[in-house]
Amino acid sequence: MPVWQTEQGPAWRHRTTTAQWLHWLGWLLAAMAFVFCWQIMTVDTKWFFVKDAPSQAADLFSRAWPPKWSYVNTLWRALWDTINIATLGTLIGVILAVPVAFLAARNTTPSHLVLRPFALFVIVASRSINSLIWALLLVAILGPGILAGIIAIALRSIGFVGKLLYEAIEEIDESQVEAVQATGASRAQVIDYGIVPQVLPAFAGICVFRWDINIRESTILGLVGAGGIGLQLQSSLNTLAWSQVTVIFALILATVIFSEWVSSRVRKNII
Amino acid sequence: MSEVQAVSRRWRRPPVLIRNDFWRRAIYSGALLYLLLAIGTLEVDWQRAYEGLERGARFLQGFLTPDFTSRFDQIQRGMVESVTMTVCSTMVGILISVPIGLGAARNISPLPVYLVCRAIISVSRAFQEIIIAILFVAMFGFGAFAGFVTLSFATIGFLAKLLADDIEEIDPRQAEAVRGTGAGWWQVVNYGVQPQVMPRLIGLSLYRFDINFRESAVIGIVGAGGIGATLNTAMDRYDYSTASAILILIIIFVMLAEYSSGYIRKWIQ
Repeated sequence: MPVWQTEQGPAWRHRTTTAQWLHWLGWLLAAMAFVFCWQIMTVDTKWFFVKDAPSQAADLFSRAWPPKWSYVNTLWRALWDTINIATLGTLIGVILAVPVAFLAARNTTPSHLVLRPFALFVIVASRSINSLIWALLLVAILGPGILAGIIAIALRSIGFVGKLLYEAIEEIDESQVEAVQATGASRAQVIDYGIVPQVLPAFAGICVFRWDINIRESTILGLVGAGGIGLQLQSSLNTLAWSQVTVIFALILATVIFSEWVSSRVRKNII
Repeated sequence: MSEVQAVSRRWRRPPVLIRNDFWRRAIYSGALLYLLLAIGTLEVDWQRAYEGLERGARFLQGFLTPDFTSRFDQIQRGMVESVTMTVCSTMVGILISVPIGLGAARNISPLPVYLVCRAIISVSRAFQEIIIAILFVAMFGFGAFAGFVTLSFATIGFLAKLLADDIEEIDPRQAEAVRGTGAGWWQVVNYGVQPQVMPRLIGLSLYRFDINFRESAVIGIVGAGGIGATLNTAMDRYDYSTASAILILIIIFVMLAEYSSGYIRKWIQ
């Protein structure tokens, strides 16, 4: 901590002069980066539309209100589909993620040179691509519908569940594994009795957490044609039926809050 | 007699997850019932899916031969838009979320301010980026500006909440000590709170930068600019080679952002 000797005695300062200058330099660089990016970003912006935004917002709101509540009766089937996409997608994703996680964990992988990098690549690739983009690809391949949505959710979940699970596997208590090994257990038995009981609570927590996220994501997959309530959202948007859009938003919000509540309850009980 | 003993001496593995017999059975059978119902009501056009496999093979072919050159202009434009959008929205998001985060921490702000700030946070967190993007595209028109506003708005909910939770968990003695010297509110925040939360705030900001880039690749699908719009166009044209080039670029950029932000976070903490 910099202290100056002055005539009145020692004086304390927050930073040295150099540190202070570096600090300002950092801010200057950040401001420059911002202005630079801003210039490039807004090259194509039509400022007329931006200035117009408040009146557009008011217009939008006047059309969206009051919501057309009777529309909700046509949405139950889509909501059921949405929940199925999320749940079945999570299930498939988890089933695929478990072997990937065991291959990726440093202490359980059978081969450090080939299978571990491969499993890590699977995890990274799955994680970097949003489920909406997965759905976009799958709708092009499988055609619009609920199947594309399920597989998109599953593919996105592999990376998430795989990453968290393999980190959990790497953090287990090795002495328990050794104890099981000392009884002469085979490799499969070591995993079953030494590792699985240790990671199971974490695993259940991860699955429920991902299910919660998947419910959120499956509500919008329909925007690209992958089934669920997003399909209704897309068609309402296309016909500019904003009073229906309000109803759909309200239903999505209720579903998301419900799934968050379920997942937080379950996780609290497990951990 | 001896047989009974043999049975009772055998170790039986206890159920691993749910110890209570009744709840275990209830939950498992409920799950099974749901699964049967869900699969039973599934409407899948297997014929169409089967026909799609051929297209899938074509896509795989396109994926293995990514084409960066023939649509290089569009890809470059989309990428530049995505990156600039990410930078601007992360910075603006941080600038707005710091005061909101301070206001949403119960230990340093009065109740009315706290309630208002928490309300802003929950509104921003309730909907995901793509839904916010739909609304902002309707307001601001198509293009990167709507995407920028969307990502900034989403950043506020994320950063301000985590910052506020962090401030609520600081060591109160340090803030107390600063207050004991006769410091005002600003000085308490500056010298008692800020040093405790700064490393984590920087880490969270970098993490959010990551997320914003990922999201910028998605919100283009609803017209908010960026690489997502380019990808959507490529898919609509069945131009799989370009689409795969874009996907590879997204993966590379996401990995770069993730590793560099992870590296900087480790270096700071």
